[in-house]
Amino acid sequence: MWGWLRGLDVPTRAIVRDGVAVGIATGAYGLSFGAISVAAGLDVWQSCALSLLVFTGASQFALVGVIASGGAPVLAAASGLLLGTRNTLYGLKVAPMLGWRGWRRAAAAHVLIDESTAMSITRTTRQDARIGFLSTGLAVFVLWNLATLAGALAGDSLGDPRTYGLDAAVGGAFLALLWPRLDSTRNRVAAVLGAAVALSVVPLTPSGVPVLAASVVALGMALVARDDQPSEEA
Amino acid sequence: MIWLAVLGCAVGCYLLKLAGMSVPESVLANPLLRRTADLLPVVMLAALVAVQVLVVPGPDGPELSIDARLAGLAAAVVALLLRAPFIVVVFVAALTAALLRL
Repeated sequence: MWGWLRGLDVPTRAIVRDGVAVGIATGAYGLSFGAISVAAGLDVWQSCALSLLVFTGASQFALVGVIASGGAPVLAAASGLLLGTRNTLYGLKVAPMLGWRGWRRAAAAHVLIDESTAMSITRTTRQDARIGFLSTGLAVFVLWNLATLAGALAGDSLGDPRTYGLDAAVGGAFLALLWPRLDSTRNRVAAVLGAAVALSVVPLTPSGVPVLAASVVALGMALVARDDQPSEEA
Repeated sequence: MIWLAVLGCAVGCYLLKLAGMSVPESVLANPLLRRTADLLPVVMLAALVAVQVLVVPGPDGPELSIDARLAGLAAAVVALLLRAPFIVVVFVAALTAALLRL
């Protein structure tokens, strides 16, 4: 499987191999995304379009999650966008390392996600950072999209999603995305407050609004924070 | 309408990525902006967990409900504590809810 890598020098080969390994691992998320997306009421084409064009997992899960709970499409898109803001932070950090301009930067931006950031930010040279970013970004892109198609086709043939607990799978998916971020007291407090605000406005607002309403917790906590420690996020 | 949401989210998410790669890093020097952006994914993912697990459509709009989904979430917590990979966590949550509904 790794024969084509022999033309590369040893350190480069290792970086590419790590990128492909991350791609294979995250491709597995794509299966659950595809199945959950069709269970939420999107068709196979819409599910695949999300993975091809939005291509950032948490935003895609948020969009289909809001649709699944009966929220208006505009609120679903807004939730996806708010979660997409973290990629802006990643871009600010990796852009100086990658040093791309023009069309290269415009193309690279599409594969700017958690994984490609993590696999490039730790490199010591620009060359290694670029190889890490591209190999991870492209491997995740290909496998995420293939897996989405497979998951959507499988989900489509299953019938009533509740029978298979796919409605419960959505909550599990969001928790799995949240879990690694619960690494500080500040983040755990933010998570509890976010959930509490969302639930408290459920009886008062249409579906989709509670999740957006929770975002004020982020602004509120940022306003009252006194300590100004550097961000730990990649 | 779903297509509009898909395409709108696609254009917006791409522009957010491109903006990050295009504007100078000094934008991050604004501590309020950086803290808000750091906290936003945590807060929204937690809100999504809560809403997905505890809210059902009712006759007069959405309402709170405790059902098999909460057991699915509890199973997901156990799976995460055991360091299970993402797809196993999702599968365990679904399987638990499905078994409870048999």
